[in-house]
Amino acid sequence: MAEDTKLVYKYLRHDKKFPHVWCPGCGNGILLGALIRAIDRTGLEKDEIALVSGIGCSGRLSVYVDFNTVHATHGRALTFATGIKLAKPKLHVIVIMGDGDATSIGGNHFIHAARRNLNLTAIVVNNNIYGMTGGQYSPTTPYGALSTTSLYGNIEQAFSIAELAGMAGASMVARGTVYHASLLDELIEKAILKRGFSVVEVISHCHTQYGRKNKLGGAVEMLRWQKDSAVRLEKARSLSQEEMEGKFTIGVLVDRDLPVYTQEYRKVREAAKKMMARPS
Amino acid sequence: MATKNAGRQVLLQGNEAIVEGALAAGCRFFAGYPITPATEISEAMSYRLPGVDGTFIQMEDEIASMGAVIGASLAGVKAMTATSGPGFSLMQENLGFACVAEVPCVIVDVMRGGPSTGIPTHVSQGDVMQARWGTHGDHPIIVLAVSTTQDCFSITVKAFNLSEKYRTPVIILADEVVAHTREKIRLPHPGEIEVLDRIRPNMPPDWYIPYENNSRGVPPMSSFGEGYRYHVTGLIHDVRGFPTERPDEIVPFMNRIFRKINQHFADIQMVHEESTEDAEVLVVAYGSVSRSARRAVREARQRGVKAGLAQLITLWPFPRQTMEPLLRKVRAVLVPELNMGQMSREIKRINQGMTRIETLNRIDGTLITPAEIFARLVKL
Ligand SMILES: Cc1ncc(C[n+]2csc(CCOP(=O)(O)OP(=O)(O)O)c2C)c(N)n1
Ligand code: SF4
Repeated sequence: MAEDTKLVYKYLRHDKKFPHVWCPGCGNGILLGALIRAIDRTGLEKDEIALVSGIGCSGRLSVYVDFNTVHATHGRALTFATGIKLAKPKLHVIVIMGDGDATSIGGNHFIHAARRNLNLTAIVVNNNIYGMTGGQYSPTTPYGALSTTSLYGNIEQAFSIAELAGMAGASMVARGTVYHASLLDELIEKAILKRGFSVVEVISHCHTQYGRKNKLGGAVEMLRWQKDSAVRLEKARSLSQEEMEGKFTIGVLVDRDLPVYTQEYRKVREAAKKMMARPS
Repeated sequence: MATKNAGRQVLLQGNEAIVEGALAAGCRFFAGYPITPATEISEAMSYRLPGVDGTFIQMEDEIASMGAVIGASLAGVKAMTATSGPGFSLMQENLGFACVAEVPCVIVDVMRGGPSTGIPTHVSQGDVMQARWGTHGDHPIIVLAVSTTQDCFSITVKAFNLSEKYRTPVIILADEVVAHTREKIRLPHPGEIEVLDRIRPNMPPDWYIPYENNSRGVPPMSSFGEGYRYHVTGLIHDVRGFPTERPDEIVPFMNRIFRKINQHFADIQMVHEESTEDAEVLVVAYGSVSRSARRAVREARQRGVKAGLAQLITLWPFPRQTMEPLLRKVRAVLVPELNMGQMSREIKRINQGMTRIETLNRIDGTLITPAEIFARLVKL
């Protein structure tokens, strides 16, 4: 624990930007810890990291950490990240988004970033709700769930963020929870080091909005739900469909090597230079 | 000093000249999404940029294009996007971010008939107000208009210089006629072109206060990855870049971002005057319409009418300091434009009874002819 505190001290803008805005018990704090531990393990310098976040409770994360940070516009974090990465490929660009941020207003950017396979790390905090605006349903709110804009029960079907990312062409897709914090450290570390577009879906909780509205208890009860519902990939393989009912898998779901955008663009530059050198 | 014929004579269309101007100014990043009549800018950028170690990317839409441009600029690379009305509307939210976070970048809007999908292949000047007020909230902005292919080159260079110097997005308003007219232009030698770069911090990183006020009102800007880690946000922020809700921090911030533009008006406001010294009647025009206006003014002079032309290069901030003395001394002013009177509205606002302002408006996708301006001019 003492080790952890030291790390947090090293990476946080502790003297500048605290206290933070999150509710006590929010999963965003656990994610922040996991992110710091993961980055520390990669051995990257603070200067080598650009952290871009969207708008939402999760989006506030970028202000607290001592990297090159951008708090972008709602849904557009990946587009800012794309520009940063292309302009300075040596930077490791990590993007933090909420579920609404990444898959609703930013859904188009999300699938295209995955398809393009730029070397970015996208962390999507899935708390099943629009937290910051006070608990409206999001694209990951389960069917039937209550929210301040689905008072009669949500009639829409939810996205699976991880599956969406995989289908759209991401090089690596992982899912973790804020309950399984040490697994989360590993998944984020792996995602940062992966060449290509990597996505970590982080199952989190918003007890203040989603939990309260749906009578799921406080942070502790919602964390317990994560513990009980998450099944490690290795174990999930041996379970039947019925046994997996109401549960979800965690671990590295997709890991493949695909052509990376910046690498491909290098070929474009070479071709262009050859063309320019030709006498006209 | 360059001789008059130095440089290279080339035949280019306006859109291509914008690309050449951008490259000459040091632009090395372009993100865009195809739209008539701006598409040739994307096409030429995709062809030219990789050859000079720059990067072109076609994004999934204009929102993304504007986001990527901001990202590239934060990483230290001069960046541009180009679009037309519908795409320009989509860029507005991120454009506001660039204003508040003070990110240099250039946005070209090749105007076509609007609103909505409008008249995609025909000329208009309908985005004058969108360029000024398109993004929400009070914000300063610089908007320049181009009227010839040569302008497309040189004003684009100027746009980059202003954006770097004042850490602000600069919008270039072109229109379908300027964009697609092919003309012979002179591309100056690189050495002849003044290219400005943003001022970067030279103090030790620990001393860097990214949004600190100074006499110019423009704080030095560090690129990501160079040791000066700082926070960039669209929230109103304190001098360190951290979000604030304190009135005593909000007000100085807003004042500074307006002041950095307003106090440098002499550098920013550009008006080409022709025959204004003894003018009794004045045409105020910009963009392709100013070409018709120039011809009309010259013909009126030949007929003995003391006509003059004020061609606005800088549309916003409105070049008030140049225009007020002109308004004061002429009998009447004609403002021909390809919209319902967007710029004439501003001129009337500035005028305050100094002279008589008349308008000539057209919104059918065709140009205003010299003859039409002439006919009105001689009756002013
Ligand atoms: C263009 C735009 N539309 C709407 C909003 C308001 N808004 C702010 S945060 C948010 C939702 C955040 O939800 P999510 O992305 O799931 O993140 P969370 O707060 O749950 O972490 C919305 C709708 C905004 N800031 N910008
Ligand atoms: S509202 Fe929900 S997501 Fe936001 S800080 Fe509170 S618990 Fe976390």
